[in-house]
Amino acid sequence: MERYYQPEIECASREQILAWQNERLVKQVKYVYDRVPYYRKKMEEKGVTPADVTSVADLHKLPFLTKADLRDAYPYGLCAVPISQAVRIQSTSGTTGRRVVAFYTQHDLDLWEDCCARAIMAAGGTKDDVVHVSYGYGLFTGGAGLHGGSHKVGSLTLPMSSGNTDRQIQFMCDLGSTILCCTPSYAAYLSESINERGLKDQIHLKAGIFGAEAWTEEMRRDIEKGLGIKAYDIYGLTEISGPGVAFECSAQGGMHINEDHFIAEIIDPVTEEVLPEGEKGELVFTCITKEAFPLLRYRTRDICVLKREKCACGRTHVKMSKPMGRSDDMLIIKGVNVFPSQIETILLNKGYAANYQLIVDRVNNSDTLEVQVEMTPEMFSDSVSEVTAKEKELVNAMKAMLGIYAKVRLVAPKSIARSEGKAVRVIDKRKLY
Amino acid sequence: MTINQISVFIENKPGKLAEFTDILSKNNIDMRAMSIAETPDFGVMRIIVNDSYNAACVIREAGYVFSITPVLAVAIPDEPGSLGQILNIMGKGEVNLEYLYAFTAPKKDWAYMVFRVQDNEKAIEVLSKNGVKLLDQAELDRLFA
Repeated sequence: MERYYQPEIECASREQILAWQNERLVKQVKYVYDRVPYYRKKMEEKGVTPADVTSVADLHKLPFLTKADLRDAYPYGLCAVPISQAVRIQSTSGTTGRRVVAFYTQHDLDLWEDCCARAIMAAGGTKDDVVHVSYGYGLFTGGAGLHGGSHKVGSLTLPMSSGNTDRQIQFMCDLGSTILCCTPSYAAYLSESINERGLKDQIHLKAGIFGAEAWTEEMRRDIEKGLGIKAYDIYGLTEISGPGVAFECSAQGGMHINEDHFIAEIIDPVTEEVLPEGEKGELVFTCITKEAFPLLRYRTRDICVLKREKCACGRTHVKMSKPMGRSDDMLIIKGVNVFPSQIETILLNKGYAANYQLIVDRVNNSDTLEVQVEMTPEMFSDSVSEVTAKEKELVNAMKAMLGIYAKVRLVAPKSIARSEGKAVRVIDKRKLY
Repeated sequence: MTINQISVFIENKPGKLAEFTDILSKNNIDMRAMSIAETPDFGVMRIIVNDSYNAACVIREAGYVFSITPVLAVAIPDEPGSLGQILNIMGKGEVNLEYLYAFTAPKKDWAYMVFRVQDNEKAIEVLSKNGVKLLDQAELDRLFA
């Protein structure tokens, strides 16, 4: 039996959903125009006023927001409420080292948690479940989102956070965790560890909600078999709220976007024209219920397809496919956003030439990042300990900026392959899309 | 009282060392002494050659990253205990040693050591005071004449 957190919303008629969207969009555009000078200026430059937007059909008139805007407006430039009304900050990495910060009022947190609660119930969760949250807690939205959603459902919530696999497994066995929330690569790792230790018959998991990084159907089958569960995808991004912007239902064929909060469009990333339904393009979101960080027409850079066909689960909200790629050079490694430009910045700051190559791979279902740097006379020394000390300094700087470990490999000058005179910066061996 | 050592960055991959030594041999460069310090990814090859100016030009031309470091060369009697004696002198004189390696020359009863220290001036003073003979570039060349 399909379970819903808010059936009257999740299964509302298309007419009802559109009516909500029309009403909320008109209100939101005026709200943002009045409160966010940065966006008002963009609207003025485009010659649009709030009066020009009378329904969703007018959405295309509004200017886009991109990660570059978030960087320009950092930190408070896109925040629509005074600090006294905001209660939370979450963050994710941005381009060239400046982090993206997002703000939430209590109302925003409530709606975000509602979205996550919908995802948990779509995965079969009830108040009788033990929800094991192994997403990172802290600035990352993964932990906070699913944690809040689990509370809303009334499930017993285990705020494990990431890491310490032994303890994860012990709690899972002892406390009878039934729903696991983490990145798919960590789920695969837990599955392997549990099976290696012969503990599969001591765990009680029935479902998993896995997101924050790309994963294949093959990986889904491996995890489902290894843990004896159903594995559900979840999608989100900090700029829009966090996980739960869209989630998978029992049909396991695409993720329902919570259209009562977010209007989705697909555009051509080059011409920026809105594409007809069913075409592949860049996903754009407009937040119509958020108070503190209400981004309008935010370009996610994720390439996907929207499908409006009737879903077997009974939900009426539009479904998005798994992201099929990016329209920029962002990489998601271990659930963390990584831009090659961030690494370039570190190298230049440390006085190195920006001759580098990133090798991304997935070894035993876990992402690895190797940064190859061409040796220069400035970095070189006859003393190996001096060279390795500099190497370590780079590793630490990258850990500080990216939040993940990257192996540094020093290579011979001019050994990084250049095609048509331009170096190939990223080699992604994971083949996820 | 120092001699020039050339240190070269070489990737730790099959064939890389041969590529480098081929360049030396093609240019008629003779190695007097060598040692390699290795890591999993790369090695630092340290060489002392017959003509360090020419060698540096050739190595630069071939696109290698390298450096030239003044190091100390010492002749010691080819018998048990003689290296220990020098090391004790350096230890007592608070000379910090980075690395060292040995080589031989066509001269009976003598062995030769290369010392890379943090402070050449201090090491020269400590060694000379204790009667240890340091070789300069000309003396080194004469050994192989």
